[in-house]
Amino acid sequence: MDQALAIPSRTAPASAGPSVRAAVRETETITLAVEHMHCGACMRTVEGALLEVPGVRSARVHLSDRRVTAEVESARVSAEALVEALDSAGFKSAEIAATSGGPMHDRDADLTRRLGVASFAAMNIMLLSVSVWSGAGGDMEASVQAMFHWLSALIALPAVAYAGQPFFRSAAQALKSGRLNMDVPISLGVILATGMSLYQTTRASEQVYFDAAITLLAFLLIGRLLDQQMRTRASSAAANLIGLKASAASVIDAAGHVERMPLRAIEPGMRILAAAGERIAVDGIVAFGDTEIDQALITGESAPRRVRKGEPVFAGTVNLGQPIEVVATKHDENSLLAEIARLMSAAEQGRGRYVRLADRAARIYAPAVHILGVVTFLGWLMSGQPWQEALTAAIAVLIITCPCALALAVPAVQVAAASRLFSKGIILKAADGLERLAEIDHIVLDKTGTLTVGEPRLVNSADVPRDMLAKAAGLAAASRHPYSRAIVRAASELGIAVPGVHDVVETAGFGLSRQTPAGEVRLGSARWCGIDRASDGELWLKPVSGAPVAFRFADKLREDSADTVHRLQAAGFGVEILSGDAWAPVEIMARAVGVEVFAGEKRPDQKIARLDALKQAGRNVLMVGDGLNDAPALAAAHASISPAAASDISQTVADAIVQGSRLAPVIELIAVAKASRRLALQNFGLAIAYNVVFVPLAMAGLVTPLIAAVAMSASSITVTANAIRLRSQNLELKA
Amino acid sequence: MTALAWLIPSALALGALGLIAFLWSLNAGQFDDLEGASWRAIDDDAPRAQPASAATSPGDAVS
Repeated sequence: MDQALAIPSRTAPASAGPSVRAAVRETETITLAVEHMHCGACMRTVEGALLEVPGVRSARVHLSDRRVTAEVESARVSAEALVEALDSAGFKSAEIAATSGGPMHDRDADLTRRLGVASFAAMNIMLLSVSVWSGAGGDMEASVQAMFHWLSALIALPAVAYAGQPFFRSAAQALKSGRLNMDVPISLGVILATGMSLYQTTRASEQVYFDAAITLLAFLLIGRLLDQQMRTRASSAAANLIGLKASAASVIDAAGHVERMPLRAIEPGMRILAAAGERIAVDGIVAFGDTEIDQALITGESAPRRVRKGEPVFAGTVNLGQPIEVVATKHDENSLLAEIARLMSAAEQGRGRYVRLADRAARIYAPAVHILGVVTFLGWLMSGQPWQEALTAAIAVLIITCPCALALAVPAVQVAAASRLFSKGIILKAADGLERLAEIDHIVLDKTGTLTVGEPRLVNSADVPRDMLAKAAGLAAASRHPYSRAIVRAASELGIAVPGVHDVVETAGFGLSRQTPAGEVRLGSARWCGIDRASDGELWLKPVSGAPVAFRFADKLREDSADTVHRLQAAGFGVEILSGDAWAPVEIMARAVGVEVFAGEKRPDQKIARLDALKQAGRNVLMVGDGLNDAPALAAAHASISPAAASDISQTVADAIVQGSRLAPVIELIAVAKASRRLALQNFGLAIAYNVVFVPLAMAGLVTPLIAAVAMSASSITVTANAIRLRSQNLELKA
Repeated sequence: MTALAWLIPSALALGALGLIAFLWSLNAGQFDDLEGASWRAIDDDAPRAQPASAATSPGDAVS
């Protein structure tokens, strides 16, 4: 599969002597998780950037997993070099300890294999069965019919034994722990149908159900596979995120030497060097240096914070300016980041107790079916029939009630919902998230990054002369500061070409400067540009000659925030704002979007406390948030949504991720969730209606293999067709 | 009826051939990265290799 990028091997042929072979370079495989890689162009950029690193033999992107695997010469290339190469290509990445696949992928492949076998068997047995049905009573001889049945048995027995294993195993597990799940009636139905068909085949009877048994398995495996794939995606995304946390730190020892050490080995009191652009590895106090820190991961706030000697910094924040030295104050496992991760996993455990719709249905359905089978058996015995006849009728009941449609009812709706949402830029992550989203009646919103865009925007671009903006953008392109990025973005939005400038010098906490033949150009704070007025303007451009130009920034509301909030309120949802930001800006935003209930200065644990209070009051809360400080609340809420620009950890715990710059998809998401629930219930209704028609027939002993096969396929197709309606329905939002 | 003697085995053999082909492609990783494969199909540029043809910068590779 690597033929596209395989590099002609420079190793010597195997026949060469040992001395030559000693020169062969050892290769190893490095897997990196890459953030924000979405399309073919990203894929080519990432592969291209890695291949340019000397010593990289091959690089192949796995887009679905957001990972890239590189084969490198271990002596020449380290994982850090690859991360750096990707960083300069504009992709954040981190090494993850992953071999190709992992347990989740293996389970995917396993189910797919079983589905392949089941489908092959189902098609071939159907071929034989249809011949029997159309020939029976006509010109088909009894011996040919018997041969066809034996052929069916020959295909069906190994296929059922192989393809049915996931169901058998899950049913056995459930029975062992004294529970009933949907797999118990499924396994019972399939095993009894196969066993009885084998027995009837030896008696040359017509009661042969091989086709029904194996078709059932094929349908069920489709449902199971769809469910599994959703889970695999979520778990591999989570593994990527763990990797993206800094995993090593540069420690300065007493002699002044710098050494890379794993985070586990960091003790309080050690001096750690945080280079410009590097993620700070542990919580600590700045011992040397003066820089600006991007705290977005911790607080969700976009504006960087200035830190000086003696001030605290937190693990996971990014050093934007000069290198600093930090004295560690905590162990890795005590850092703020680890604390948030702990709050999050505690909150998630509460959610694990949620029982899915299908399982709730199974708790009623499974015992009911088994009782019906027993009743049929006893009924036939009491009416004076021989026990063989009674058993045949009872087994027919169990085959007919085998919950194929019931097992497909929910996955079919979920897949239809996921594909509808995907086409609108909404990624549904948790398999049961849709069910929980359908139950919400109260919505808690974060401010920064959720109601607002989450990054500073240039607000006075109309007042700035175009040539000045171009000049500023040229300087700003060299910096990673959020204000600089805002200027570059504003320039490109106005169609101004950003001039390429080289020798830009950045002074942390002040600004940028560049020497030109005519003199110095400066972009930065008012003081940096020699201006006394601290008012009207966060950033100034001082050209070689002429008056300085002011740039003003603000975090803007998303353009449809107010409208979305209004529509949610009109639909009957309670809406409130819970932010880690100061009260005053929260109040301004709350007034602007028309929300009555709001709170500011909330720490992660206080946010959880508020959610718990709402839960006590009987509310099912939807949390919409983006910052790392929101992550525990996202995990604690009944359901949660994150914008795509959110911190990775928030995206991991959220049930759904909304892409794009608008908030309105939240409405679509809730509407689809409610519609999915309605459709799933309809599907249960259809499945039960079909049982109401056919179970009496089965109990009366009137069900033939043909009727069983038709009924089984018809009910499965009905529920699937009903689910597909979701893709084109016009949905109204109601609480 | 003698036709059945070779029709049925050949029908089964053809089916089995399809199954084997499917299992092979699954094991060979053809379905590993469906999202990526859909992009690679519309990628016009020739496959690149290191180091000779890797002269383009990452930025150029995007266009």
